[in-house]
Amino acid sequence: MLTSIRTVFILIVGCGRVGSSVARAMLREGHEVSCLDEDPESHARLEVGLEKSWEDLGGHFTVGAGLETEALEAAGIERADAFIASTDGDNTNVIIAQIAQKRYQVPTVIARVLDPLRAEWYQRQGLHTVCPTSVAIEMLEGAVRSGAEGGSPPDGAAEAA
Amino acid sequence: MYIIVVGAGKVGWNLARELLEKEHEVTLIESNRRRYLTVEQELEHNVSYGDASELWVLERAGIQRADMVIALTGDDEDNMLICQVAKEKYLVDQIIARVNNPRNRQHFDLLGIKPSVSATDLILRLLEHEVPEYGLVHLLDLQEEQLEIIEMLLGKDSGVTGRRVGDLQMPDGSLLISVLRAGKGFVPSADTVLEEGDEVLAVLDPGKEDDLKALFGPEGNGNGSG
Repeated sequence: MLTSIRTVFILIVGCGRVGSSVARAMLREGHEVSCLDEDPESHARLEVGLEKSWEDLGGHFTVGAGLETEALEAAGIERADAFIASTDGDNTNVIIAQIAQKRYQVPTVIARVLDPLRAEWYQRQGLHTVCPTSVAIEMLEGAVRSGAEGGSPPDGAAEAA
Repeated sequence: MYIIVVGAGKVGWNLARELLEKEHEVTLIESNRRRYLTVEQELEHNVSYGDASELWVLERAGIQRADMVIALTGDDEDNMLICQVAKEKYLVDQIIARVNNPRNRQHFDLLGIKPSVSATDLILRLLEHEVPEYGLVHLLDLQEEQLEIIEMLLGKDSGVTGRRVGDLQMPDGSLLISVLRAGKGFVPSADTVLEEGDEVLAVLDPGKEDDLKALFGPEGNGNGSG
């Protein structure tokens, strides 16, 4: 896309609903995207809504666990500009994100952490964490308040929550 | 000491029991409800139900005043996170982490989680050293402390069978710490006479193995000079 300033190489570990959506969006923006997941079936999720195969569109997919250095290296961690840890395990995400940071010196590292307490503490330790639970809590509180005040839901609130 | 043990599997349960017998204060944390209920029948208030990677569960267990945290779950990620949080957030003096997959040891080291213990590694090491020349088996390497503990089986032709421990000239930097005989272990005195079939345990500085082999092996002269 014209908006992308330069192409970056993004490694996404954990290709569930979140990981695969981010992967597709980044690929669409013209970046190089590599996904790593333990489950070979998750490759099919990547291709949901795509007109061509993931590989034909330039994506990479590797089967393996985020703690396995061989798998990380096969997926290209050594040349990654950005690393996203989005497996279904908070602890896994926090640990593999630190491996990406400390061992492979990936410049941008982001970990999805569902538990707000863990997300907050690791954020303070210098790890970029994203906590969907905190976002959901804020939106729910906002929705309840505006409902209690008799307001109508803002556009798109239901989808985003 | 106040010790928090995470994971009430076989290792965790037995360890908690031993620590309690040694009059330590112990909280064992287990996240599986059924397992918790089983263990709770014996350990009662010393076991707590919850996921110890949740900070509030650790705080409820009193991690702020814990002297030691031992993470023994079957998940290496969990053990790493629990130990990291214990050490860096709650400033617990001592941590011990179990490594389930020895390939993950590098990650424990990367995150500064020491010591880490891997049963698989220990067994692998035993296998690697299976019947080496004179049965010298590495039982434990304390890398930081620069010590190792080894085990040797005394064969028929060992130079030390029939001799008093007090007469052995153990190499400098080594010490005979126990003898396993007929399935029982004891700490030898100077008057203990070594027998064929004894398994002896020694603690030593790294690099002293050859001296010990010479002493305890075939035609060893018991003088430790090689």
